[in-house]
Amino acid sequence: MASDVRERVISLIAERMDVDPDQITDDTHFVNDLQSDSLDMAELVIDLEEEFDLSISDEEAQKIETVGQAIKHIEESQQ
Amino acid sequence: MNGRRVVVTGIGVVSPVGSSKDTAWPAVREGRSGIGPIKGFDTSDYSVHIAGEVNDFDPLDHFSKRELNRLDRFVQFALVAADCALQDAALDIEGEDLRRVGAYIGTGIGGLHEIEAQHTRLLRSGPNRTSPLMIPKLMTNAAAGQVAMRYGLLGPSMSVSSACASASHAIGEAGDCIRNGMADVQICGGSEAAITPMGLSGFQQMRALSTRNDDPKAASRPFDLNRDGFVMAEGAGVLILEELEHASKRGASILAELIGYGASSDAYHITLPEPDGRGAARAMANALADAGVEPEEVDYINAHGTSTPAGDDVEAKAIVSVFGDAARDLAVSSSKSIFGHLLGASGALESAVCIWAIQDDIAPPTINLTDPDPECCGLNFVPHQAQERPIEVAISNSFGFGGHNVSLVIRQFDG
Repeated sequence: MASDVRERVISLIAERMDVDPDQITDDTHFVNDLQSDSLDMAELVIDLEEEFDLSISDEEAQKIETVGQAIKHIEESQQ
Repeated sequence: MNGRRVVVTGIGVVSPVGSSKDTAWPAVREGRSGIGPIKGFDTSDYSVHIAGEVNDFDPLDHFSKRELNRLDRFVQFALVAADCALQDAALDIEGEDLRRVGAYIGTGIGGLHEIEAQHTRLLRSGPNRTSPLMIPKLMTNAAAGQVAMRYGLLGPSMSVSSACASASHAIGEAGDCIRNGMADVQICGGSEAAITPMGLSGFQQMRALSTRNDDPKAASRPFDLNRDGFVMAEGAGVLILEELEHASKRGASILAELIGYGASSDAYHITLPEPDGRGAARAMANALADAGVEPEEVDYINAHGTSTPAGDDVEAKAIVSVFGDAARDLAVSSSKSIFGHLLGASGALESAVCIWAIQDDIAPPTINLTDPDPECCGLNFVPHQAQERPIEVAISNSFGFGGHNVSLVIRQFDG
């Protein structure tokens, strides 16, 4: 299940940011590595909410800076 | 025009009859229609099934997926047309003083594709799941803003929205911007991408559109007795306008000179033109006065001529009222018979047609004009076939819902 979340999150990010999924790791930083701006991040949060049928608050979203943090947040929300 | 002179040094188009001069101008000159069955979405429930779609446009040829995420179709068209126009002008934009370069890009409707996509999301998933990019994608100034960002333009940029007069207003205002010294170069024109479920439904419900679904290429028939409405089209047109000295200094190839801009309002009805054509006539007269050109000096008018029962005869009457006896010597044609009505982009594509007509001394035809409406004053509408004739001065007319009228006067550049 965990690896499934990881795959789905990485696939969403790859699609949204137009990058090769193989280049995305837990340490990939949205702003520094993927050049995301605030609108990209807001889109990405909605993508994650839709994909995993959950709600991510603005406060929670602001703490997500890396791909690993996004995956961890989804996994914890699903427990 | 008073003050500094304004010349056209580049043209870029995205249209149902092609997206370069090499494809679009031969189609217009030879009267090859770009109208066909709508492929973009299922129209079975509509009374209209035809339009002038841009079918040779793959966004991924021009933009990355990430860029596309931020660009409505109308903005994509504008960016591609702007790029073509800059290449045509051989303008090294990075070598320019970018504080002196701007972008005036009109649109009648803006990002209708995005509005519909996000409204669907709103209804399906609620207000917290619409895209944060919705507003910056759909706003009417998105095209002007994106063009400015792409090339780092720091001069005056804006959108103009006056329905089907938008692009002509944008070109006229851009010309004035250069004329009055606010800029030396303007990337200007219009863009439209409104062939969507809502767009088609809206115009259909107005009873504004031709329902000649079984014969798409014959559907747009301006000035013909059997015209039954306009045919929606999409695309963009962009001109590079430059102050004459600026263009001369860099050795630019000058395509034509923009010598007059006239505008007026009908103040009559939200869709119908003032029945005597006084608003349209005022726009033409204002443009001629601005250009300092007498009616008999005009050789060709690219008419607004949309193929609506209410509009074409009014424009013909307006032409007669302005040109008097000289109207008999004019060639007047509507290229909308060929590529349909690009709404807020039409004035830019049709200004391009005027320039090509001047360059080749060819008045392009009005196709489908088999039975001229006697109410259209018996003008030379250049039926079916282009006419070779000297064209030194041409006018492009554009009139928009809301009663906005614009005429642009373009002259062969003679140094």
